[in-house]
Amino acid sequence: MEIGIGHYLTVAACLFTLGMLGIFLNRKNVIIILMSIELMLLAVNINLVAFSYFLGDIVGQVFTLFNLTVAAAEAAIGLAIVVVYFRNRGSIAVEDINMMKG
Amino acid sequence: MIYSAIVFLPGLGSLIVGLFGRALGVKASEFITTGFLIISCILSWIVFFRVGFAHETAHVAIQRWITSGELDISWALRVDTLTSVMFIVVTTVSSLVHVYSMGYMSEDPSRPRFFSYLSGFTFAMLMLVTSDNLVQLFFGWEGVGLFSYLLIGFWYQKPEANAAAIKAFVVNRVGDFGFALGIFGVFAIFRTVSFDQIFAAAPGVAGQSFMFLGHEVDILTTLCLLLFMGAMGKSAQFLLHTWLPDAMEGPTPVSALIHAATMVTAGVFMVARLSPLFDLAPDALAFVTLVGSFTAFFAATIAVVQNDIKRVIAYSTCSQLGYMFAACGIGAFSMGIFHLTCHAFFKSLLFLCAGSVKHAMHEEQDMRKMGGLAPKMRITWLMMIAGGLALSGFGIPHIGGFAGFYSKDAIIEASYAAGTPGQYAFWFLLIGAFLTAAYTWRLILMTFHGKPRMSDEAYAHVHESPPTMYVPLLILGLGAAFAGAIGIHTFIGEGANAFWAGAVVQKTEVELYHAMHHELPEWVHWSTFTAMAIGTFLPFLYYKLVPSLPAITAKVFYPIYAFLLNKWYIDELYDFIFVRPCFWIANFLWKVGDIGIINGLIDGTAATVYRITGRAVRLQTGYIYTYAFTMLVGLAILVTYFMFMGAR
Repeated sequence: MEIGIGHYLTVAACLFTLGMLGIFLNRKNVIIILMSIELMLLAVNINLVAFSYFLGDIVGQVFTLFNLTVAAAEAAIGLAIVVVYFRNRGSIAVEDINMMKG
Repeated sequence: MIYSAIVFLPGLGSLIVGLFGRALGVKASEFITTGFLIISCILSWIVFFRVGFAHETAHVAIQRWITSGELDISWALRVDTLTSVMFIVVTTVSSLVHVYSMGYMSEDPSRPRFFSYLSGFTFAMLMLVTSDNLVQLFFGWEGVGLFSYLLIGFWYQKPEANAAAIKAFVVNRVGDFGFALGIFGVFAIFRTVSFDQIFAAAPGVAGQSFMFLGHEVDILTTLCLLLFMGAMGKSAQFLLHTWLPDAMEGPTPVSALIHAATMVTAGVFMVARLSPLFDLAPDALAFVTLVGSFTAFFAATIAVVQNDIKRVIAYSTCSQLGYMFAACGIGAFSMGIFHLTCHAFFKSLLFLCAGSVKHAMHEEQDMRKMGGLAPKMRITWLMMIAGGLALSGFGIPHIGGFAGFYSKDAIIEASYAAGTPGQYAFWFLLIGAFLTAAYTWRLILMTFHGKPRMSDEAYAHVHESPPTMYVPLLILGLGAAFAGAIGIHTFIGEGANAFWAGAVVQKTEVELYHAMHHELPEWVHWSTFTAMAIGTFLPFLYYKLVPSLPAITAKVFYPIYAFLLNKWYIDELYDFIFVRPCFWIANFLWKVGDIGIINGLIDGTAATVYRITGRAVRLQTGYIYTYAFTMLVGLAILVTYFMFMGAR
């Protein structure tokens, strides 16, 4: 069986959905949310690479590299916020982070 | 110059003391105001003789006031005989009251304010009597109203005084409403408010009528009735009289000056000043006669049963003002002014005597708690009797008597000569004269004779008043005794033509005077004397000879007694018709209109917003995943929508 673009996209969609569900269903830890976001980004990257390959356009892959860089920076900032938050509040459980509740 | 000085000196005194009273101190304040007033008084007498006997009428232009289109109003002093008579009445009584107040108010902490008000009042009154046009008259008119309000409420810590002041102000506004309409009407018809021009144009308007709501109404009658409505308010005539007895809450010198001698006579003055106008409106004059004679009777019936010494005199004032209006109504304007002059002397005398009694009794006003004061206060007693004789019109026909004998009896006889339907004016006034004598002597006997009805301690404290108080009494006493005899031939009758020199219309009056002396049946001359004599005798019977009689009479005629004691229930009637509905409407507008609707709308809007946001805020769970999920759902809906509808 030849592996076509549809397969790649399916994998990416699965990953994206997993990431999304990870955000929705997770009630414990903020770090897991960060990880889920990372997962969703990677799913997008897979899409980009797949399209780049099948359309014969290198720009998509270049874009992916940039994406990874941004994702790394974002993860660093996110983790830093989590650390600061933990210092201030003594907890990073998702249920406890509801100061904006009306 | 002399005229301006008379008018403006009291105003100047009032201004100085009103602004700098605190800095000047009490003594200086008293001397400034009283001094200015006495100067003004002396000048007034000079002017009186100059104008009245040397006929130097004057017209002093001061400055223009309002110029707008056709309306052209100037400040000017119009000095003719009528003005000069009012000059001496106002300034004489006022300066004596000033002197008297120095003694009477000696224990009051805010004397500068009091003297400033007194002088200010005098200024407004002088402005009123010198006015050259209706608007200037209205200025003085409202000025005296204002100072009357301030002086009635002078003891503002007393709730009754405040209530009385407000009542006086409001009731006067009712009259002023008519007066203002009258002035508007005069301007609409004559295109001017100046007296000379109005009088010149008035005969041309006589008998003309205008359409009002489909009815033909006589112009001059309407104007005169409207103007007279103002006079009724100011001069406390029947239906608008309720404020005058309550005005007795003010200090007694104020009652003497304002509510007996001067301000309340403003209405009579106004009718006399506008006599050329009123003379052309016989229907209006008939109404004036009706109101005047009925008030004379009505107020006298109330005065007979009152127990408050000042209230008796207040109702008496009301009644005597009725006589003056009755005189004006039958066309005898100069008789009205003559009675006004005499009345000013003896009524202010009576009031100041009452003040002297009150001073001695430590603010006690109830005659049931007085009695036996005569030996302790000889001067006051004698002067009260002089005032009483003058008020009751003591005198013997064809020989002579006290002031009221000349002025009041002339009015009664003239009213017979004028021949009102059924002689109602004559009978009202005659019964009024009988009642006048009755309440006067009742007052004197209850206050000064019989056994003392107060505690021994209070009786021991009774003393004659200081000289500042009894000297004015003596001067006024002379006036009460002799003003009538001196003034009678100057003021009324054929011989008075030269004196008045056209200041008031005398046409009818001269005819009446002639009829009085040549055509009246003899019994009419004696009827007034008889009424006075019976009225004098009855109180002696009731309070001297058979002291149990008043109580028995009150019991036997209880319904009448209660009716009179409660002042014909007029206050209750007004309370029922006007005051309570007014309160009810105000309460309704406050509770329902203001609190219910206006506050309800604003508060309701705010409460609704608060409630809705309270619900909306619950959407903010604070959990990121909720927000993320909402975003997703939203995105899904949008995508679905555009998928099926196509992006446009």
